[in-house]
Amino acid sequence: MGAFLVRRLSINVLVFFLITIAIFALVHKTPGDPIAMQIPADQLNSGSAEFIAQKRAELGLDGSLLTQYWHWLTNALHGDLGYSLLNGRPVTEVLGERVGPTVELMGVGLLVSVLIAFPLGILAARRRNSWLDYGATVVSLGSVSVPVFFVALIVIYVFTLKFQWFPSSGISDPTNPSLLNTLHHLVLPALILGFGNSGPFMRYVRSSMITELSADYVRTANAKGAPPRRVVLRHAFRNSLIPVLTVIASNLPQLLAGAVVIEQVFAWPGMGQLAVSSVNQHDYSVIVGFALLIAILVLMSNLLADVLYTVVDPRVRLR
Amino acid sequence: MTAEQIPGAAAASVPGAASAPGAAAASVPGAAPAAAQRVGEAPLLRIDGLSVDFHTDDGVVHAVTDVSLEVVAGEIVAIVGESGSGKTVTAMSVLRLLPKAAEVSADAIAFRGTDLRTLSGSELRKVRGGPVGMIFQDPMTALNPVMTIGAQVAEAVVLHQARSDKKAAWQRAVELLRLVGVPDPAERVKQYPHEFSGGMRQRAMIAMAIANDPDLIIADEPTTALDVTIQAQVLALLKKAQAETGAATILITHDLGIVAELADRVVVMYAGRVVETAGVGELFATPRHPYTKGLLASLPRMDVDVDQLDPIPGNPPNMADPPAGCAFHPRCPLARDKCLTDRPPLLAIGAGRTSACHFSEELA
Amino acid sequence: MTVSAPAVRTPAGAALRRFRKHPAAVVSVVFIALVVLAAIFARPLSGHDPNAIDLLSARSGPSGGHLLGTDSTGRDVLSRLLFAGRISLGVGIASAAIAVVIGTVLGSIAGLLGGWVDGLVMRLADVFMSFPSLVVIVVVAGILGPSVLTMVIAIGLFQWPVCGRIVRGVTLSLREQEFVLASRATGAGPLWLMRKHIIPAALPPVSVVATLAVAQAIALEATLSFLGLGVQPPAASWGNMLTDAQSLTVIRSEPWLWLSPGIAVALTVLAVNFIGDGLRDAVDPRSSS
Repeated sequence: MGAFLVRRLSINVLVFFLITIAIFALVHKTPGDPIAMQIPADQLNSGSAEFIAQKRAELGLDGSLLTQYWHWLTNALHGDLGYSLLNGRPVTEVLGERVGPTVELMGVGLLVSVLIAFPLGILAARRRNSWLDYGATVVSLGSVSVPVFFVALIVIYVFTLKFQWFPSSGISDPTNPSLLNTLHHLVLPALILGFGNSGPFMRYVRSSMITELSADYVRTANAKGAPPRRVVLRHAFRNSLIPVLTVIASNLPQLLAGAVVIEQVFAWPGMGQLAVSSVNQHDYSVIVGFALLIAILVLMSNLLADVLYTVVDPRVRLR
Repeated sequence: MTAEQIPGAAAASVPGAASAPGAAAASVPGAAPAAAQRVGEAPLLRIDGLSVDFHTDDGVVHAVTDVSLEVVAGEIVAIVGESGSGKTVTAMSVLRLLPKAAEVSADAIAFRGTDLRTLSGSELRKVRGGPVGMIFQDPMTALNPVMTIGAQVAEAVVLHQARSDKKAAWQRAVELLRLVGVPDPAERVKQYPHEFSGGMRQRAMIAMAIANDPDLIIADEPTTALDVTIQAQVLALLKKAQAETGAATILITHDLGIVAELADRVVVMYAGRVVETAGVGELFATPRHPYTKGLLASLPRMDVDVDQLDPIPGNPPNMADPPAGCAFHPRCPLARDKCLTDRPPLLAIGAGRTSACHFSEELA
Repeated sequence: MTVSAPAVRTPAGAALRRFRKHPAAVVSVVFIALVVLAAIFARPLSGHDPNAIDLLSARSGPSGGHLLGTDSTGRDVLSRLLFAGRISLGVGIASAAIAVVIGTVLGSIAGLLGGWVDGLVMRLADVFMSFPSLVVIVVVAGILGPSVLTMVIAIGLFQWPVCGRIVRGVTLSLREQEFVLASRATGAGPLWLMRKHIIPAALPPVSVVATLAVAQAIALEATLSFLGLGVQPPAASWGNMLTDAQSLTVIRSEPWLWLSPGIAVALTVLAVNFIGDGLRDAVDPRSSS
């Protein structure tokens, strides 16, 4: 198991470096002087020509592309992602305050999708080719087909504007930032994000459960006199979780894609909303910082998938 | 279907001409070994007129047709046949362990006088793993890969406890594993199936099957997936387990060597039907069906040169489209015109013996 | 006995028969055909110029003159919807085509050469699959500026791995077969092998993933355009027609503005997915039962 994880880790780290090269290439493509992204705007405007030249030398901007890349990368890995072109604040700080809301939205969204996908997938597998199975298939196809922003608009139309049950903007009322209020704000975005991701998960659970339910050990459990509930949950489902958990972990980046859209519609102050507004306002340094963060998220999700795979399967765990 | 077939006449254990069904079971004095010699006793298990159909894309497959057999307490009955002969399907239908696609019909599947088909789900679960234990062919796939051996053996105990006592069940699991010869059971209960060798896994399967002191053990090819050296050990263990629990055993196998070693009585199946039944001694001495004879000829023996082995020519029939008449006729050395059109009924050919061959007399 | 011998049939005929057993897929084919026709004949059907601004009749609801109403600058929503169909379908098909071409080339190279090339290509596929294409395109569009061409290439670039894996698998299994070995022995080049053996064998499964890729690309285009990072106004796309609907007032009082393009995307993507699902069962009967 150790060797497997070390191998996977080294591959992922290698991939991460390749991606930083790609990101740096994009940085290089940005219009304007790259130094503007790496020192605060007020220093840039007020600083003397000598000061700028000195900074330029410090940042390696006079050197070859390789030197520039190396400086940029080491700074980035030390948490120095430059400064926002918009307001001169450090990018790390600007991004940092957006991570919390996004993690909150993704976490609850993931929970919702699992709560939809697991029971539905298990039921569909148990009653294959029943109306329930077809219904679940159609719902899952619907959840991948109907774009999340359109679902969001309909939901806002119905639940915010018609019934006025849930708010559709922001993370909480500035006047009443209580936990309950935050949860109230979280309901619609999390439900939509969860629904949008439940489709693929459900199909995975279903096909994995179909495989497991026809396995020999299920017949053994039946032959022991185990009741159906126990056969399905204790035996088949526990085995089907091995591939399913891996898929869920490696799907976390896709969950973020959904969050980007939902944050935009619901004015949710997370990374996705920041990214879209930075793109619209040409705040390149923030976009690049966001790109690095995504690369790290992808790397972490892949590693998490690998670790989960080794943890949940005793056959791998003890090898 | 031929006109002369009478339901019930094809019973594997056709008693004397007029005796009440089941009364004499297959236990005619002198014909069967000691365990079966309990005249007048009701059989432990009685399967009567069992048919199982599978609906597939290629049409209906008659996996088992009109099979009847009886098992009395304490005896070992072997069901023998090639793969696809319906022997496993017959055994699985007892505890209703067939997939949903299987359509089972029977006049009776009675265990200790109760028809198992009338039981509710929860009543049936009391029988499964309780008075009837099962051992499956491949111990690698038949054990749950993500549960420890101990948890799986203990589960078999807990499910049949009057009051759930997990600690006691766990101790019982250790004790059972010791009983079936798993070394250092207190440690090995904590291991997973992949940490057990094939033979050890099959021992664990046997431990699960005998966990609740069964009256009947159904063993489906219990040694087929094992190495030859391990096979002998597991067979010895099966023998021991059977002797200690006194459980009757249905032994499903294609290996006549195992039959000779363990069985009291033999039921030979071909193409979903019973073609011959006999006590093990008689069957080996004077097979009365050409298929049985062919099986015996293909069996390596100490007193015969290996190069004289004589496998049955041809392949088992396609069960979606079996041959007309006697299903064995395309491979039968005795086949004549009659065999192509008329399916021979299973008839009593002596005390406790039956055969489904038009020319069984010629083999006598 | 009860078995009727199956009539001799061609694989394609059998596939068509299985496809027809999916009512949703058959209805979807008809629907998509109508969408395509509507997009082709957008001008005669709508009777309006999609970009004609008419401020006097701005934000008016559905009426005889404008069947689906008008938008904030008085443009006819129906005609924009029909013209947007051209872009959405075009982007979907073009992206899927790019994905299929890259996937076929890389997949057959990986399968034919094997060894480290195979490992590299498959690792590359893993990397592309683990990235959320939407987010990457947001970043790329943010730096290079949004354009339809960038979007099409980027979508295609992130969709090739599925196709690549299938083609690789087909190639590997073909490599085991004798007639391919024989044609290799006679000195057939890789291009010839691809055209003669790999592509015909890979066509059925690839047609399934290509269809699903079209659906995905249409949805992705709509989302990107909705965010303002895809098709740029004044050109109409189903996604950017909804961009206006990011204010509660529009959602509440002008539902015709966002409902019709939203329904158009949803139904189109759903229909293409249904077709893909039906195709999957048609070319691989094992997947359904």
